[in-house]
Amino acid sequence: MTPLVQLTRPSRAPKATVACTINGQSVQVSEGTSILAAAATIGVTIPTLCWLETLTPVNACRLCVAEVKGARVLAPACNRAVESGMEILTDSPRVHLTRKLVLELLASSVDLSCAPELTALMDAYGARPERFGPPAPANAAGTKQHAVAGHHAPPDPAFAATTSEPPTVDNELYVRDYAKCVLCYKCVEACGTDHQNTFAIAVAGRGFDAHISTELGAPLPDSACVYCGNCIAVCPTGALMAKREFDLRAEGRWQPEAQHAADTICPYCGVGCTLTLHVQDGEIVKATSPMDNAITMGNLCIKGRFGWRFVQSTTGR
Amino acid sequence: MDTRASSEEQLAVDRVLGAPRSPWDGGARGSHRDYHTASGGAARRAERTMLLPALRALQEHAGWVSEGGLNYVCERLDVPPAEAWGVVTFYALLSTSPRPTRMLHVCDDIGCRQRGGLALCAALRASHGEPAVHEAQGHAVDLAAGQAAWMTSPCLGLCDQAPAALVTDAGPEPVERLLGRVSASAVRDVMAGRALLPDASASPARPQQGSAELVLLARAGTVDPLSLDAYRAAGGYAALARAAQLGPQGVVTELVVSKLAGRGGAAFPTGKKWEAVAAQQATPKYVVCNADESEPGTFKDRVLLTDDPFAIVEAMTIAGFATGATQGYVYIRGEYPLAAERVAQAIEAARRAQLLGANVGGHGFAFDIEVRRGAGAYICGEETALFESIAGRRGEPRNKPPFPVQVGLFGKPTVANNVETLVNVLPIVRHGGAAYASVGSGISTGTRLWCLSGAVQQPGVYETPMTITLAALIARAGGVAPGRTLRAVLLGGAASTFVTPDQLEMPLTFEAARAAGASLGSGVVMVFDDTDDLEDHLLRIAAFFRDESCGQCVPCRVGTVRQEEALHRLKHRRTIGSAADEHALLAEIGAAMKDGSICGLGQTAYAAVESAIKSLGLFSASRA
Repeated sequence: MTPLVQLTRPSRAPKATVACTINGQSVQVSEGTSILAAAATIGVTIPTLCWLETLTPVNACRLCVAEVKGARVLAPACNRAVESGMEILTDSPRVHLTRKLVLELLASSVDLSCAPELTALMDAYGARPERFGPPAPANAAGTKQHAVAGHHAPPDPAFAATTSEPPTVDNELYVRDYAKCVLCYKCVEACGTDHQNTFAIAVAGRGFDAHISTELGAPLPDSACVYCGNCIAVCPTGALMAKREFDLRAEGRWQPEAQHAADTICPYCGVGCTLTLHVQDGEIVKATSPMDNAITMGNLCIKGRFGWRFVQSTTGR
Repeated sequence: MDTRASSEEQLAVDRVLGAPRSPWDGGARGSHRDYHTASGGAARRAERTMLLPALRALQEHAGWVSEGGLNYVCERLDVPPAEAWGVVTFYALLSTSPRPTRMLHVCDDIGCRQRGGLALCAALRASHGEPAVHEAQGHAVDLAAGQAAWMTSPCLGLCDQAPAALVTDAGPEPVERLLGRVSASAVRDVMAGRALLPDASASPARPQQGSAELVLLARAGTVDPLSLDAYRAAGGYAALARAAQLGPQGVVTELVVSKLAGRGGAAFPTGKKWEAVAAQQATPKYVVCNADESEPGTFKDRVLLTDDPFAIVEAMTIAGFATGATQGYVYIRGEYPLAAERVAQAIEAARRAQLLGANVGGHGFAFDIEVRRGAGAYICGEETALFESIAGRRGEPRNKPPFPVQVGLFGKPTVANNVETLVNVLPIVRHGGAAYASVGSGISTGTRLWCLSGAVQQPGVYETPMTITLAALIARAGGVAPGRTLRAVLLGGAASTFVTPDQLEMPLTFEAARAAGASLGSGVVMVFDDTDDLEDHLLRIAAFFRDESCGQCVPCRVGTVRQEEALHRLKHRRTIGSAADEHALLAEIGAAMKDGSICGLGQTAYAAVESAIKSLGLFSASRA
């Protein structure tokens, strides 16, 4: 697959070529190529969730697993490099079962209503999350934050436990909704060394109680957060969402199909980031930057991402 | 978040990290000159390895990690507070809310559960209320109510002396003790704040003590574990001298010839591992002794660590010599305070005798060892999670490949061996790999330590060649009590399988276990008789895996939850569909965990459940 963005300086040394087969088809790629990228060269698409072109693979979701002949367990296609002679199956019964279960386990514990790609995949894989029982009533706010590692209450046989908690609305710019979080680590990576180097959030807690947290679980305004919103940009499930979108959704007025996107240049500083303004009913409702933009790689700062309301200010004229 | 640490907290941290050098690492702000220097770079980032020791210091001092204390540690080590928070909240023995100075952790895991552990918990519930977990579960700790609180604990590795408990006393002189054969009156004394009995791991069951057949346990209980002279008089350091004669390649060759396989559970050929690390160009290289023995029912490493600590120091030194590694770490589970103390003393004594340091024993190579203590996380026994823990990060396992022999601790080539595996190195080097391989058969060479517990009359660690049958081994431990019948054996640990009474004639070799669809795991032989409630034990195993999953990958994080829920539905006869439907659902969850999880925890979390349903016929009844 052609990279969206050249993240590293290309090595001058020519890379060795390795040959493998994917679903029986011979493939030749340069050394170090992932199974995911190698499959893409022959048009084989492997579903991903925690993988993103602009971030270091964490291999946490296990949706992209592939079967490597002779290996004891499945391999994460997003990060396993192709080796010479590998025989790879991307849609064997084992692969299919694990992907189906990953989708079911997620959908039974997390609200995927803002992740249409995942719901489409669930149909494709025949995932039926209701097999685990009816979802448990929502947890109180802060349940995960206050959980003690290594301890949990005995399960209620009537319900399937979920990560559901009321959304955390503690600032005017964005909302954290743990009920929608699949723990893909993308926001943590975007906040950390992959993009922003702010380190305001990290994974805290353990096991099913693991969750994304600020230091001491503090409200965002008391944390190290600089409100760049680059975590929102990479969140695949709407667990992190701009407050404007959250409010419009709550009012039932969020209509992506009625929106159009207009590219422009951020007016604030000399970097000149490309801004994509999402407009609904003549009103800007969201600002993003294209992932394949060589300057931003999808990132912005607080001004570019949130500082557009003056455009449609109706007061102080 | 700018709360500051108390001066006592700062001192507690400084005792571990040394005093701050400048305002850049937490020191007082002095003259403007302090700001004319820079602080950062790889060396500064490398200091993060002291994060867990510093957090432990806070916990031991105050009984919890306060906001101010955490801030101070972050300043000292240049760690982002959000990431440090992620680390604190990862470990069961670190608390993020105030706790009484004395905490009693009562084991309610499978080894202790029906040997008095549950009765102790019931008595504590009656006298002191629900365990002190968190207000979210409705069990807030009332600090005013008393000086002590209690919690349940996963296996404490004291199954030879069940029921077991761990007591921690926070303060300027922190105390940690493992207590064995805990009685109701002992619990009352602990909760009343009375002085504690000596650590029970100082006096393990030593059923074969003095027997000439012992190799690994030859010194245990007969040679003073605190005396280097006594260790040398009993043959200690003869192996290092022999290693020096053989040379690094010669040592590796003997190991390959011995066919020694790892004793931690994965049974990887040790010689092959050392060979691979020796061949690596990258430096520095590391030796890591995995003493995070936390597999329920396993306590053999504890006996080696407390009874024969010099053997571990010597074996690690040989590993350093053979592979070119210059630094070793012993990572000891947080629940083994005496083991950590004894190994630290042994390291100190070896250093004084120049058996560690710049020129080990005059043999012309450098090697040193540091003790690191865990803080309550089974997953840190997974080698790559252990590396992450040492590096000051959350104990989340890495994907493999790359394997530790190439990319291990701090990203460098690393030999990671279990305690028992390392102790096996000594007789191999001393008497040759061929002599070692003459004991046992096939790839199951040498002697092995077995952790006999549960419904046997004489629980303890037993050492035998691997050709012994399961029946003979259980007979050695006195078998089940008169009038009882053996119902099942959990062989290898909670991550392994149950075997049935008709499989007892199986020799305990890797080959025979594999043929029987079983695994020797970490040498656990936990016996259950007809009075044991096996379904209850299985629910505890399922709860254990849910508690100990790191939470990184979906199959394990959610799969262990769904597995436990399905078992509870079966237990309470509230199945979705028939029992067979639930079994089929469990099998699918199990297959996804086995195939899709990042590490061995998720990959084996269904093993015991599967065997209990299929071989023991548990949970076969549908909705009533």
